[in-house]
Parts: sequence; structure tokens; C-alpha cells
Amino acid sequence: MDGRDLALSARRAQGRRLATLAALAALPLAVLCVFFVLPVAGMLRRGVVVDGHVDLGAVWDVLARPRTRRVVWFTAWSAAAGTAASLVLGIAAAHALYRLRTPGRAALRAALTVPFVLPTVVVGIAFREVMGPAGPLAFLGLDGTPVAILLALVFFNASVVMRGVGSAWQSMDPRPAEAAAALGATPWRVLRTVTLPALGPAIASSATIVFLFCATAFGVVLTLGGLRYSTVETEIYLLTNNLLDLPAAAALSIVQLMMVTTLLAVAGRSRRRVDVARVPPRPRGVRRGDAPAVAATLVLAALVALPLVTLVRGALRVDGGYGLDNFRALQTAGPGDALAVTATDALATSLRTAVDATWMALLIGIPIAVAVTRTSRSAAERRLRGALDGAFMLPLGVSAVTLGFGFLVTLDRPPLDLRDSPLLVPVAQALVALPLVVRVLTPVLGGIDEHQRQAAASLGAGPLRVLATVDLPVVWRPLLVAAGFAMAVSLGEFGATSFLARDDRPTLPVVVYQLISRPGAVNHGMALAASVVLAAACAVVILAVERLRVPGMDAL
Amino acid sequence: MSALAFEQVGVRYGDVAALDDVTLAVPNGAVMAVLGPSGCGKSTLLRAAAGLEPLASGRVTLDGRDLAGVPTHRRGFALMFQDGQLFGHMNVGRNVGYAMRARHAGRAETARRVAELLEVVGLAGYEHRAPATLSGGERQRVALARALAVSPRVLLLDEPLSALDADLRARLAADLRRILREAAVTSLLVTHDHEEAFAVADRLAVMRDGRVVQEGAIADVWAHPADAETARFLGYARVLGGDAAAAVLRAAGTAGGPSAVALRRSALRVDAGGPLAGTVRTAQAAPDQVRLTVDVDGLGTMDAVAARGAAPAVGDRVRLSVDASRTARVGAGEPG
Repeated sequence: MDGRDLALSARRAQGRRLATLAALAALPLAVLCVFFVLPVAGMLRRGVVVDGHVDLGAVWDVLARPRTRRVVWFTAWSAAAGTAASLVLGIAAAHALYRLRTPGRAALRAALTVPFVLPTVVVGIAFREVMGPAGPLAFLGLDGTPVAILLALVFFNASVVMRGVGSAWQSMDPRPAEAAAALGATPWRVLRTVTLPALGPAIASSATIVFLFCATAFGVVLTLGGLRYSTVETEIYLLTNNLLDLPAAAALSIVQLMMVTTLLAVAGRSRRRVDVARVPPRPRGVRRGDAPAVAATLVLAALVALPLVTLVRGALRVDGGYGLDNFRALQTAGPGDALAVTATDALATSLRTAVDATWMALLIGIPIAVAVTRTSRSAAERRLRGALDGAFMLPLGVSAVTLGFGFLVTLDRPPLDLRDSPLLVPVAQALVALPLVVRVLTPVLGGIDEHQRQAAASLGAGPLRVLATVDLPVVWRPLLVAAGFAMAVSLGEFGATSFLARDDRPTLPVVVYQLISRPGAVNHGMALAASVVLAAACAVVILAVERLRVPGMDAL
Repeated sequence: MSALAFEQVGVRYGDVAALDDVTLAVPNGAVMAVLGPSGCGKSTLLRAAAGLEPLASGRVTLDGRDLAGVPTHRRGFALMFQDGQLFGHMNVGRNVGYAMRARHAGRAETARRVAELLEVVGLAGYEHRAPATLSGGERQRVALARALAVSPRVLLLDEPLSALDADLRARLAADLRRILREAAVTSLLVTHDHEEAFAVADRLAVMRDGRVVQEGAIADVWAHPADAETARFLGYARVLGGDAAAAVLRAAGTAGGPSAVALRRSALRVDAGGPLAGTVRTAQAAPDQVRLTVDVDGLGTMDAVAARGAAPAVGDRVRLSVDASRTARVGAGEPG
């Protein structure tokens, strides 16, 4: 072969690689365009386009409103404070439960994971039970204050930090820290100058993702903040749903989209690997100096346990005693048949929807994860795969409310008249769950040495056989985990579902919200009982996949 | 007097005894190498000295004071690992000055000391380099400078040269020996490589299965391995006992009672006037000589060497002489 033939064949190989990439990405991209870009763009257009031409003045007016500034400011500082508190408790718990031989650490780690997948509405109700007039912490007078919202944000997110930082810490080479200690550095100095800098990427990546979760929290803020404390996310909901002020909602959506894109870019940059020890260090015994970390972990455990225990106790309380009446009432449509369906019917709808959303999320997520983890041969190819990776993270940060309402305003006419389709809700939920699915799968797929695939290919295995013999054996457990996350997310999804669920086919979170919005002890008791059922369903799913011990789970 | 001493030290990992009743003393200013196969407990010994492993029994003392309860950072030791373990987020200067800053030394003093130490390890002017831009040998030099920065009471070295290639290892070993001598710092070096031990240390302890099986001045241990296994670990190719040992000793012209004899690969040499005879079984050329295996009459299969150019062919009958300086008397141990 002369030089020209070589160049030609190289170009052909490059062409084949790109063709494979395109084939893998085609369906997911089509889904993303129709069910994400189109609705979100439709939503934004309503805000920006007035009488057929673009009018950014309206957007500017909205941003200049004092209330908007208050909302943005509240979003920023509550997310920052929630992130900071989650970091403190999460890093302490990572130390206590991943680096030390604390008794019961495996069980505690699993238990602390549960909050992450609990439906936000349920958590909001549980915190109201704790802080409310009859709750165990009523004396603190935190009901209806931003502190309650902050605590709920920490409830959700401290475990995200714990897992992200903990898994890096667990496999971190302990010898630099030992060398520093031998050089005379106190434990505190070792932590500050060696350990935390080494954990920097893991901490930064957890912090950005947690900030993202805090800044876009919906259910907890809506149930705990009401109208007084609104974040950008709940404000979009209120503007869209209650005030029908679409330009304002669109303006806020644009703000949110820009913020989220920036954060995702930062998160992508900080997603570097920590130096991993060849032999993971054994966890060491607990010493006196570990007291602060252990104490912080106990505080976190209490913060997680208290709302859940209070919720269960409230659900069991009837007329001064305890009983299962509230749970029995779930088979009815509430006092005066106020609900369109019984709560048990809603649970059945939720489960069916969750199954649909799960297979959809996997169907889209798997090809994406495969496409973005294959090694790139050129800088352009690497950028292409990076962009693909980023594009499918977007649903993480776009308001589920924007997405839900966008569905309503864009998918309402042929050829895409899906308003009555039973698939509308699962599609929206699948998009919300998609980033988690991709996040669980990519570290595992990316961790498979390309040489193994090349070795298999050189032994005569075609691409499908390589997939079946090299990738699948490593990836089936992460697949189950991804499915579990998708299922739990779908079971608890409220933001988009609240728009899209038809009145005669509500999911359980929607019913819970309807119940809690109505006065009366029976409605309240039913709301608590339904919350317990919903939380239990999510907890069962996530504890089942937690047992699979998949590395990618921690990297979320 | 001994600076660092282990007295009947035991360390357990669950049910496994990593160190079992180890008693060992490192004299003041001496460089002691602890030699043993991987998994013998030698790294645990180092970690026990540093205070990184809790003792199950016994005690570690420094100048006679028990170190129990003294945390790692107050022991005044320094620890140097196989791969340096430089702090990747600090430049070379900050790495070397780390211990100075931990002790709140002044900026100017730290800078002066850092420059001085980099000079000592042959890396003058490297202050602003990032560790990632250094070669393996340079990283180890920086690690050494960092360890020496605050004149440690004891320097603990964990396989400091093992990660380097052979040529670099030899050069750095000589430097290490010189620097440790000049700094007059009491050092404990663990390694599985007997050449590294001989190149750097002046005392040697041999460990096996969590116990110290032999300890002494390096030349003494070299000349009198305690048992056959120790001899093999010290690089002796074969250990002979009984009549075979007696025959070798006679051939070497040295008298001696009945004891086992360890031979290096080059202890037997093709020599027309030699006292032993045998048949060449294999011959393999090496850069400076030819390595043979020979069926020696009355001894069995043995290693031998021949000068290049004068090497016999396979099947030839040859005569062999014994180089006494390449043999050692093995102590009370069983010949194998």
C-alpha cells in the first residue's frame, strides 16, 4: 500500500466509526429531539415570541421584577447553603462509613441511600409532619421557614456526597497521607493538605451535581415553601399553572437552562479520576480523633430517620390511638369520593407507568452510554462524544415542569397528538430518569479496557459477540441498578407528571398532593398512608439494587 | 546504643500474624535493611515503627523510650515509599518543604533548606517542577529530599528503589548510600531485593513468615546464612549438605567440620587444573561469560561458568575449580 491508499483506508475506518456512532445515537437523538428539545423549545417560544416576532423586552421585564430577583436570589443561596451543609455531613459520613471500621456501616450506608430516591412530595410532607404544630420538632418553630427547606435538601443530597466522595476515598491510595503524617503533619493538616486535595475532583463533582439538585428541587420546596419561599423551579410552576403567565415562565426557564448548562460544563470538567490504590486499603479502627466525623454521621442518620419515623407514626395514628384505618382508606376515593380514583388504583397506575418508563429509559440510555464510552481516535470525535454525553444530561437540569408543560403545548396536534396517549407520562418520566441511567452505565462501560475488546475481536469475535462476551458480563448488574433508579425516579416523579397525568389516571404522587392540599383529618391521614406506601415502594427498589454493589452507583 | 528497637513485637490482621515476636535493634546512625519475600511482614514492620499499625503485643522504642501512644506525626520519623508518593498537587519545592511548613518554619529558612536538599540529591533548581513531569528516578530523589528535610530521627524506606529499572537502581543505590551516610540518619530499609540491601545497608535482617530469622552486620550474614532458605534468598543458587558439601569444601581447599555449603552460580569455574570433574549438560552465553549446568561426579547437577571463547560444548567432559569467596557456610539449617 502506498501513502494514498493508507490515508484512504484510515479515512474509511474513521468513516465506519462515525457511522457506528451515528447508528447508536440515532434513536436516542430522535427521542431527545421530539420529546425534549421540541417541548422545551415550544415552551420557550411562547415566552420569547410575541405576535410572530422575537421580543426579548418581555423577558427582560420579567427578570427585572422584584419578585423574580427575590426568587433567583433565594434559589441561589438556598442551593449554596444546602450544598455546603450536604458537603459537610456527606464528607464526614464518607469518612466514617467508607474509611473506618464503624459497626453497622454497610447497613447505614444502604439506609442513607434511600432518601435520594424518595419522592419529593413524600419528603415534603414528612418534614411538615416533623416541623408542624404536632411534630417532634415543633418547639424549634421551623415550620414554614427556609431552614425547613434547607434541612430537606440536605436530607436528599448528603448521601449523594457521601457516596461520591466515599467511593473515591475508599479506593484512594493511603500512602501519601501516611508519608505526610510521618513527616510530622497532624491529622488535621494531613486532611487539609493531602487528603482533601486528592479528593478534590470527587468533591467538586459531587458538589456541582448536588447544587444542581438543590437549585432545581421542586416537590419539597412546593410543599414546604408554599408561596412565600419560591425557587426558580416552583416559580415556573406557579407562573404556568396558577397565573398562566407563560412569558414569565419562559424567561425563568431560560435563566434556569443557562445556569444548568454552565453547571453541567463545570461538572463535566471536574469529573476526573482519583488515583486508585492497587490494593484498596483496609478500613481502619475508629480512634478518638474520629469523633467529629462519627458525630456528624449520627446527626445525618437522625436527620434521615426522624422524618421517616414521624411519617410512619402519623400514618398509623387514628383518633388518639394507632391503627391501620388510614391504610384501609386507601381503597376508597377519599371523603365524599373527592378523588377521581382510589389510591390503590393510583398505585397500580404508578407501577405500570414506572415499568414503561424504565424500559424506555434503558432503551435510550444504553446506546448513549455505549456511544459515549467508546474510545475516540481524534479530537473531533472525542468532542462529538462529549457533546452527546452532555446533551443527554440536560434533562437533569431543565425544570420537569417546563418539560411537562412543553409536552402539553407542543405534542397536541397531528402528527404528534399524544395528549390522550397512555405513553405520554412514561415518556416524560423516562427523560427525567435518563441522566441517571447514563451516569450509572458510563463509568462501568468506560472502565472496560479497550484492549479486551480488541483481543476478543482479534480472536474472531464480531461486534455483537464482543458486546455479549466482553461488555455484557460486566454490565448486567449496572443495568439492573440503572433500571432500579429509573423505576424509583418514575414512581416518585411529580413535576412533569402533575401536568401530564390525566385526571382519571393519576399516579400516586399526584394523589398524595391532592390529598394533602385538602383540609380534614381523613385526607391528611390518607396522604400520610399513601406517602408511606410510595416511600416503601421506592425504598424496596433501591435497597434491592444497592445489594448488587455496583461501582457506578456511587459516581452519580 | 540502639536508636530504634522492636521488642517482641506482634501485629495481627484478623487471625493472621503479620509480625510474630519480632525483636530487632537498629544502632544509632546505622542503615539496616530488612530483606524478605513479599508477604513476610517486612512492610508491616516498617508501618509498626511509623505507628501506622497497632501492635498486638510487645513494644517499639526510640532511644529506650516506649513509643506506644505517640501518634505517627509526633514520632519524628520520615517515611519513603517505593513510588515516592509525592503530593501530585504540589510542586517539587512545596513537596520537599512540606515537613518544614508542618513545623511552622519561616519562609526563607524553608526555601534555603529546600534548595540545599535538592542540591544534595542532585536536583538543584527543580523547585518549580510538577511531580508529573519527573522521571521515576527523579521522583525518588525528591521523595528522599522530602524525607530528609527535617532531619528525621529515623528514616523508614519501603522498597525505595524497586520501581526503577536496573541501571538507574544501581546508580541511585550508590547515591542513597552516600546521602544516608552523610546525613548520619538512622535508617530502616525494607526490600525483597538482596542487591538493593547490599548496595545501601550496613546491617541486614532477614525475615520470613513474620519472624526475623537472622540479623547481623551485612558481611557476616552474607558469609554465614542461617539456613538453606535464607541462603537462597540471599542469592545463592544451590545449597549442598553432607558428602557433597564436604567434597566442595575439599575442592575449595578449605578445612571445616560437617556443615552445609551455599554456592553462588559462579562458584564453580571451568579450569583445566581443577579438582572436580563433570559432563556439561547445557550451555548458555551471557555477555561476560558462559553459564553452564554440569553433572559433577559425586555432586549431581551444578551451576558453573566458563570464560567466553574457551567455553565447552554440551556433552564435553570438563574439570572445575571452586572459588571459595563465592561460597558460604550455612548455619545450623537443613541442607536442601
